[in-house]
Amino acid sequence: MNTPATPAIGTRKIHPADTTFRLSLHAAGAIVVIVLLSILTIMFIGGKLAFDTFGLGFIWGTEWNPVTQVYGALPAITGTLVTAILALCIAWPIGFGIAFFLTETCPEKLRTPLGVAIELLAAVPSIVYGMWGFFVLAPFMSEYVQPWLTNTFLWIPPIGDSFFWFTAPPIGVGMLTAALILAVMILPFIAATTRDVLLSTPQLLKDGAYAMGATRWEALTGVVIPAVRGSLFGAVFLGLGRALGETMAVVFVIGNAIRMPDSLMAPSATIASVVANNFPEAEPGTLDLAVLLALGFILFVVSFGVLAVARLLLRQERMS
Amino acid sequence: MKQLTAATRARYFRRQLVDRIMGGLCIAAAGVGLILLALILWMLFSNGLAGLSIDTLIKPMSQPGSGGGLANAIVGSLLQVGVGAMIGAPLGMMVGVYLSEVGKESRFASLVRFVNDILLSAPSVLIGLFVYQIAVLPFGGFSGIAGALALALIAMPIVARTTEDILRLVPQAYRDGAIALGSRENEVVRKVVLPAAFGGILTGILLAVARIAGETAPLLFTSLGNDVWSTDMTQPMASLPMAIVRYSNTPYPEWVSLAWTGAMLITVGVLVLNIASRFSYAAVAGKQGS
Repeated sequence: MNTPATPAIGTRKIHPADTTFRLSLHAAGAIVVIVLLSILTIMFIGGKLAFDTFGLGFIWGTEWNPVTQVYGALPAITGTLVTAILALCIAWPIGFGIAFFLTETCPEKLRTPLGVAIELLAAVPSIVYGMWGFFVLAPFMSEYVQPWLTNTFLWIPPIGDSFFWFTAPPIGVGMLTAALILAVMILPFIAATTRDVLLSTPQLLKDGAYAMGATRWEALTGVVIPAVRGSLFGAVFLGLGRALGETMAVVFVIGNAIRMPDSLMAPSATIASVVANNFPEAEPGTLDLAVLLALGFILFVVSFGVLAVARLLLRQERMS
Repeated sequence: MKQLTAATRARYFRRQLVDRIMGGLCIAAAGVGLILLALILWMLFSNGLAGLSIDTLIKPMSQPGSGGGLANAIVGSLLQVGVGAMIGAPLGMMVGVYLSEVGKESRFASLVRFVNDILLSAPSVLIGLFVYQIAVLPFGGFSGIAGALALALIAMPIVARTTEDILRLVPQAYRDGAIALGSRENEVVRKVVLPAAFGGILTGILLAVARIAGETAPLLFTSLGNDVWSTDMTQPMASLPMAIVRYSNTPYPEWVSLAWTGAMLITVGVLVLNIASRFSYAAVAGKQGS
């Protein structure tokens, strides 16, 4: 009874103009899928030489030596994962706090300007964060934070006999600084996405909690969070996806040393920083370039997985 | 009885305390966010304004000490972002129209929507590598058009997403009305739905332009950068982000100063675009409400 439009279209003869119209729109949709598939294929074909040379061992090879032409991806993979996850651990609590503040406790008048400020922070290009990290944060780290960390946490036992947490010359650049910059970068994303998720909770649920005498924090932890748990994880994964693939901000502050990291403060590298940094020296057709494309392929597969999980979690909630 | 009251009171007090502490921490978190924004903008402006002069805007890059500017980088950025948006925006709009008006919840449309969401946050460095493989290597070298193509690929999913979202807000009655008057499907979309959503689509395009204007990683693999004047899109082309990369890692103070100025120009441009898009959206939303 309430669907007058759709059957009417179906029963009409389709005009040629409409056929072209539909075809071109379908083609546009197909382009999106084709782009994704070709990125995957082209990266793989380009990196095939590296996979052929080193086999699957490329993924867990720890040596990176351009002179002997031996390349392993593990140092870059480790750097990527450690910086991204560390950044997430720093940014998530703050981002969640901002989201909670914006949706629940913030005075009405401040809500819009604060929300806009957070979104503007998200719009600042990554190269600006990189410059800021390089010229402001890195000197600050080497001057104050890193000596303090070294002195204070000397007693933490190393992992195995090689990874000393905070023991390294305080030169400012390294995984810790990179993680901090990444945290600053993904903070507004996490805050904005989490805010949207919290806003999507039905007001009735919250009212019910308040009617039972719950405080705002109890309403959040007891009612809102269980109701939107999936989407909240989605927001986290979205932030992780961003952190994994971030390039310019990291290139500036990670130190670009491709070796297994032995301290959070030591210069290191991520997949994206290796690709951006080594690209100018990689001649077409050489193993050097193939290795970078193979690294790109690995990064693409990993971030595809993370982003797919994020979207599925976020969508699941949207449907219900 | 009295003891129970005391216990209840203590519990009430504890619950209030937890609420206050957590609320306070959240305010602190918002404060951290604002302080970060202020710190970054302050550093940017205090360092960027120092190097800003007419020369910066009208002179091309040159050797340190000879008073070069950023003019070729600014023009290069405008060209690449412009061409990128001209390729990416129409494509993105078509994808958005497809998702909202034709594909809807069909299986293929769901796939396109999912893939588009992935592309939306795919690492831009990989887009750069991809375009390097398909548009730089086969055609004999870095070029402005390859840079524009990479930017277009980044803009497309953003425009697609915002277009779909905004078209879904157009009331179904508009479509029904047009169909009742005998409009064909393409007329419904072109003459009724799209005009009604025009402001929202423009918002999406502005946001996409803001995003690609600050992209650096893709340009590294495609247009590379150029120290001299060039408006030839088939040749390597300068851009503000690449100029910043080139200048900030040097020992020359005036180059570092130029890098800050470039970063300030980009940030101001991006933030202005963002705020403008907000206004255009608010204007449209207001008009539709009345």
